[in-house]
Amino acid sequence: MKREYYIALKTILRKETTRILRIWTQTLLPPLITQTLYFVIFGKFIGSQVRSINGIGYMAFIVPGLVMMAVISSAYGNVVASFYGAKFQRNIEEILVSPTPDWVVITGYVLGGIVRGVLVGVLVFAVSLCFAHPMVTHAWAVVLFTLLSSILFSLAALINGIFARNFDEVAFFQNFILTPLIYLGGVFYSIHSLPKVWQEISLYNPLVYMVNGFRYGFFGFSDVDPGVCLLILLGLTVVLTCINLFLFKKGIGLKN
Amino acid sequence: MNAIEIKNLVKTYKGGVKALKGVDLCVAQGDFFALLGANGAGKTTLIGILTGLVNKTGGQVKIFGNDIDVDFEGAKKSIGVVPQEFNFHMFERVQDIVVNQAGYFGIDDSIAVRDSEGILKRVGLWEKRRAIARTLSGGMKRRLMIARGLIHHPRMLILDEPTAGVDVELRHGMWEYLRHINAQGTTILLTTHYLEEVEQMCRNCAIIKEGEIVLLDNVRHLLTRMPQDTYRVTLKERISLEKAQAFNAVKVDDHTLDIEIKKREELNEVILRLAQSGFVITDFHPKGNRLEKLFLEIVSK
Repeated sequence: MKREYYIALKTILRKETTRILRIWTQTLLPPLITQTLYFVIFGKFIGSQVRSINGIGYMAFIVPGLVMMAVISSAYGNVVASFYGAKFQRNIEEILVSPTPDWVVITGYVLGGIVRGVLVGVLVFAVSLCFAHPMVTHAWAVVLFTLLSSILFSLAALINGIFARNFDEVAFFQNFILTPLIYLGGVFYSIHSLPKVWQEISLYNPLVYMVNGFRYGFFGFSDVDPGVCLLILLGLTVVLTCINLFLFKKGIGLKN
Repeated sequence: MNAIEIKNLVKTYKGGVKALKGVDLCVAQGDFFALLGANGAGKTTLIGILTGLVNKTGGQVKIFGNDIDVDFEGAKKSIGVVPQEFNFHMFERVQDIVVNQAGYFGIDDSIAVRDSEGILKRVGLWEKRRAIARTLSGGMKRRLMIARGLIHHPRMLILDEPTAGVDVELRHGMWEYLRHINAQGTTILLTTHYLEEVEQMCRNCAIIKEGEIVLLDNVRHLLTRMPQDTYRVTLKERISLEKAQAFNAVKVDDHTLDIEIKKREELNEVILRLAQSGFVITDFHPKGNRLEKLFLEIVSK
């Protein structure tokens, strides 16, 4: 990589990280509180009445799902808020008038999403240890699926940020698409416990592959083969990367 | 090599609005060039295309020899931009804004921090380097935009109405600074509504009207095209309407006249005639901006 590109990338990442840490009460604290409530209500109160799944207690079973849910929401929220904010305040023009190539800008924002996703994921996992002691069977899978999921949802958020014309359109995808996908993605249950037709419908939800790949890293088993999860996520990452590159090249949503 | 070479530049916005209709324009290296035009004439669109914020529909643009269709990255390295509206992150610190901009241009942090000190001192913002941008006054924000536009030492600075809404003192300070960097070799392209600004500072100018360049000339030469100038004369004594008419003047009040003087006439001839008629002149100055008159004439055609 050319040295100038590296410096530009470092600058975007530094700016994003500074933002995440500067407004930590908006970026780090809320998911921590929300996930703690999930642990208390679903894990402790309701989970005690739910039978174990594949020999894993319900509280431990939902840990990977809840961590992944926090990672995804945080990575997505970071990129869409930061990028649309930059568009709204027009300081995205600082980058657009510079010689920074499109792929460096995309990578910079995605890295910002990864930083927040991983930070929140680690914090939520630390909190989960107060309620359960989930084992980590395949650490590589935990790391790989965390990174892939952060990348994938950061790329999706960037597309949302590019197309959004107002804050309503930023919230629309999060409220009406992302949230249902998360809740129907097997965070709180095994998709095998669903009726056959819903199992098949669930397979169209990318969240299922993230949660299951991640869960495989913890327990060594999952509803979907981890190899399939990996391939699907890699495929989606390539598709979303290409869409972003195309949008930047054409200047759609960015230039007049 | 010219700083800017534009051939047959066309921009049609969605919905069919033709903002630029085949613009041809050259700006020489080291020039102090003004682009004039009424609101909506196409000035900001033209600047947007040069800086990568607007996609052109057709035509060719070269910046210091770099065709933007072939090497926009190379072209952008030579340009610093000061847009019309504040577009920095309002919650960032002054020095961070400048240093980050250097980063986008691939300049090392250590160099960017060092250079930002010099440039912030030059625009009088060094004391405010740790201030959050939002807390700066309007004039300070404007100066911050200039510092940000210059941090990577561009060969050309493009300013889109930089003195709009700026008080007189600050405007003169900015003029002085722009003259200074132009004297050091930086090409300057300026759009402005203040025609006095053009008359004071620019060497060449173009007038754009409805997406077309309708005039391209040297500013001094342009001013000589004016057939006559109007001078406002204040007299110690009262003057009657008849006397005023005898001087081919318009009576403004009992002591003030507006006298039109043709280019070929000598000023002291007029002054002499007034003195011979027994009038004592207490004030004598050109009325209004000469270029403004010409500009209005051209755009209203």
